[in-house]
Amino acid sequence: MALTAATTAHASSASQSSEQTGLWSWLTTVDHKKIGILYLYTALFYLLVGGLEAVLIRTQLAKPNLSVVSAELYNQLFTMHGTTMVFLVVMPLSAAFFNYLIPLQIGARDVAFPRLNAFSYWVFALGGLFITLPIFFGMAPNGGWFGYAPLSGPTYSGGFNMDFWVLGLQILGISSLAAAFNFITTIINMRAPGMTLMRMPMFTWMSFVVQFLVILAFPVITAALFFLQFDRFFGTNFYEAQAGGDPLLWQHLFWVFGHPEVYILILPAFGLVSEVLPTHSRKPLFGYNVMAYSGIMIGFLGFGVWAHHMFAVGMGPVADSIFALTTMLIGLPTGVKIFNWIATMYGGSLRFPTSMKFAIGLIAMFTIGGISGVMHSSPPSDLQQTDTYFIVAHFHYVLYGGAMMGIFAGIYHYFPKITGRLMNEKIGTWQFWLNFIGLNLTFFPMHFSGMLGMPRRIYTYDAGQGWDLFNMMSTVGTYMLLVAGLLFAYNFFRSKKHGAVAGNDPWGAPTLEWSIPSPPPEYNFAQIPEVTSRYPLWDLKAPEKMAGIEHSHADAMTITDAHAVPVHEETERRTAKELGIPIPFPTVKPFMVALGIIITFSGLIVLHAGKFPLAMAMMIGGGAFMVGSLYAWLTSPLE
Amino acid sequence: MTVASAAATASGAHEAHEHHHYTTTGLDHRKIAIWAFIGSECMLFASLISTYLVYKGRSVVGPFPHEAWTSPAGQVFKPILDIPVTSASTFVLLMSSLFMVLALAAVEGKGKPGYEGVLGSSKFWLLATALAGVTFLGFQAYEFTSFVHEGLTIRTNLFGTSFFTLTGFHGTHVAVGVLWLMTLLFIDMKRGLGPRDAIIVDICALYWHFVDVVWIAIFTLVYLIK
Repeated sequence: MALTAATTAHASSASQSSEQTGLWSWLTTVDHKKIGILYLYTALFYLLVGGLEAVLIRTQLAKPNLSVVSAELYNQLFTMHGTTMVFLVVMPLSAAFFNYLIPLQIGARDVAFPRLNAFSYWVFALGGLFITLPIFFGMAPNGGWFGYAPLSGPTYSGGFNMDFWVLGLQILGISSLAAAFNFITTIINMRAPGMTLMRMPMFTWMSFVVQFLVILAFPVITAALFFLQFDRFFGTNFYEAQAGGDPLLWQHLFWVFGHPEVYILILPAFGLVSEVLPTHSRKPLFGYNVMAYSGIMIGFLGFGVWAHHMFAVGMGPVADSIFALTTMLIGLPTGVKIFNWIATMYGGSLRFPTSMKFAIGLIAMFTIGGISGVMHSSPPSDLQQTDTYFIVAHFHYVLYGGAMMGIFAGIYHYFPKITGRLMNEKIGTWQFWLNFIGLNLTFFPMHFSGMLGMPRRIYTYDAGQGWDLFNMMSTVGTYMLLVAGLLFAYNFFRSKKHGAVAGNDPWGAPTLEWSIPSPPPEYNFAQIPEVTSRYPLWDLKAPEKMAGIEHSHADAMTITDAHAVPVHEETERRTAKELGIPIPFPTVKPFMVALGIIITFSGLIVLHAGKFPLAMAMMIGGGAFMVGSLYAWLTSPLE
Repeated sequence: MTVASAAATASGAHEAHEHHHYTTTGLDHRKIAIWAFIGSECMLFASLISTYLVYKGRSVVGPFPHEAWTSPAGQVFKPILDIPVTSASTFVLLMSSLFMVLALAAVEGKGKPGYEGVLGSSKFWLLATALAGVTFLGFQAYEFTSFVHEGLTIRTNLFGTSFFTLTGFHGTHVAVGVLWLMTLLFIDMKRGLGPRDAIIVDICALYWHFVDVVWIAIFTLVYLIK
């Protein structure tokens, strides 16, 4: 009875918080929380797409000499599996958390540029379709997610396949860059009074580092992609060996982007488990400062290791040694994080909800991937392993065992904040163990098939090379992962409707996002909190955990914002209007600008098809539509 | 009443600075975002410039930037780059940065003593900056056309490919800057820019100076060093 009453109360309050629903409200929203939810759903959809691609790949490789898919389709599948998982799943899942959590964690009412935020999402969503839909016409990119030129150039990859890849990645780059400028500004400039950098939650810290990686790494691939685009569309010579072009130019530029990209994928997950572990260990994060500094160190060193992807090209002993050294060096700050997480759990009173299981899973699985990473940081060892399944095993341990496990931990942890309801723990536990066993069954045998010489990217193989058993194991494991994924989807949608009501703070967590109702009202904080320590909610509710954590003196507090009040729990739900809080107007203009960009880029494909007048019409029309919408956006008031 | 209506008119063009939101650093959001953007642009131009430098001297056929070249058919191509002409366009672009500084000063100092006459005319200096940018673009258009007439296109060799791409990207940045300046000039003519609008001129100025600095690097590395 009481429960029913609570549920009804919740339901009515939930509908109050997002007054409008329906397609138009989603197209025009500039609320960081709604945009975060859009990112979440879109990325989960692509997780299904990328997962099904993986299932097809593994089905084809289950036994020797199968022909489930053709060699041509296989090329498209492995290219799109990589491209999808990197650019359409892990990055946007991280972006979902950036959007939803950063303003809540720093005590802000939105991001610095709400409309730019909507723009980032729409460019991503439309760009994702641009690069994904061609697979239905057999035109999906087929030159690998790394798109090595000259292979991806006009000579060896004619047709439209790699056109979609080159242009699609340019589009997605615009989205990531726009979002990164936004989050950097948000974190630097919108922290609540008292929220110094060294009091920021660790997820916000890691996100902060990631945004710098994005703004510094993405322009490099933008340049490399422009070169490839010019080679393909305008007949330039950047990657043309006959004209003297260097076949390694692409590899260098790509990996100068590509290695920081690896940290762009993993650091948000590191941030998420750094929230989950202290909460469920009921103990502050061990070595907070070192955790923040090691994140910065990883970001910094991440720019100095790119050529370890290229040991096999023959750069010579000096370059090989330098990059081997920097690669081994970057293991240090990463190892520091692993030990700090373990030390966080040590002596804590541990609880093991699903999020905690995934967080501990990340520590274990990432460590395995980290160790094999240290193995091929040594060039002689790498020469044996490069382009074999050993490498596939390595990066799936860090990206599935690391990034995805961390993201699952984050989803189970933050689902109650986002929806107001808890996810089902029993199904969650099943999902965790299926994932854990499935991923080890899929990827551990790849170490062996790789060591036995099985190359990457081959679409089939002969029997009798000792690879058969390992491949069958990998395939069985992949189907387990598929089942785990479906269980997750079931849990997600079921809990959204029928989960137990969560309240403000179901986990007894220490940071600001848990001081407000779940789901948060559109203005987030009715009153901006004044922060005096790293774990403001534990100050309020569990001060015994705060021994040894620095505080600012109450008398030294200078409340700089007239609306700031000491940290408190907000339970009342009132509308922004009642509270007199200005809320940005919904607007469709960011969507229109994104649409203009897509039309312009599609014009290039039409150009390649030889339809010159139509191509010009699309490029000029799309460009004009984009610029016009941009001016309309910039000249209309925000709130 | 007057204040409110003035604010309403002003918000027609630019919004957020009307409210003076609390910010952690006290700086306007746009100032931080433009610096992040410029940091990002540095990496873009670093990639373009390094590619040009890596490909320097590696073209299989001419014409070349600094040396004459005789084709197998016996045709003689003179060195492509015309340093005196480009020095002139470089001078114009450098001067535009000075005009930009004066434009920002005029906006910030509007109504203050010492900003009477031409020094206080933000319209004049914005126009001067934009015109200098257009002049630079004119020089570039002339340069590109004459190179094509002399036999160097973006497809001819590695030099043509990397040269036109690098300078073309810079030229595009100048063109975007000119469009931005013209927009500011339009707002200035419509409602007048004053000290309260300094931020919107300031971020344009930062972009403009950045584009200028990039040109100094390009002029030195591409034109002056042989």
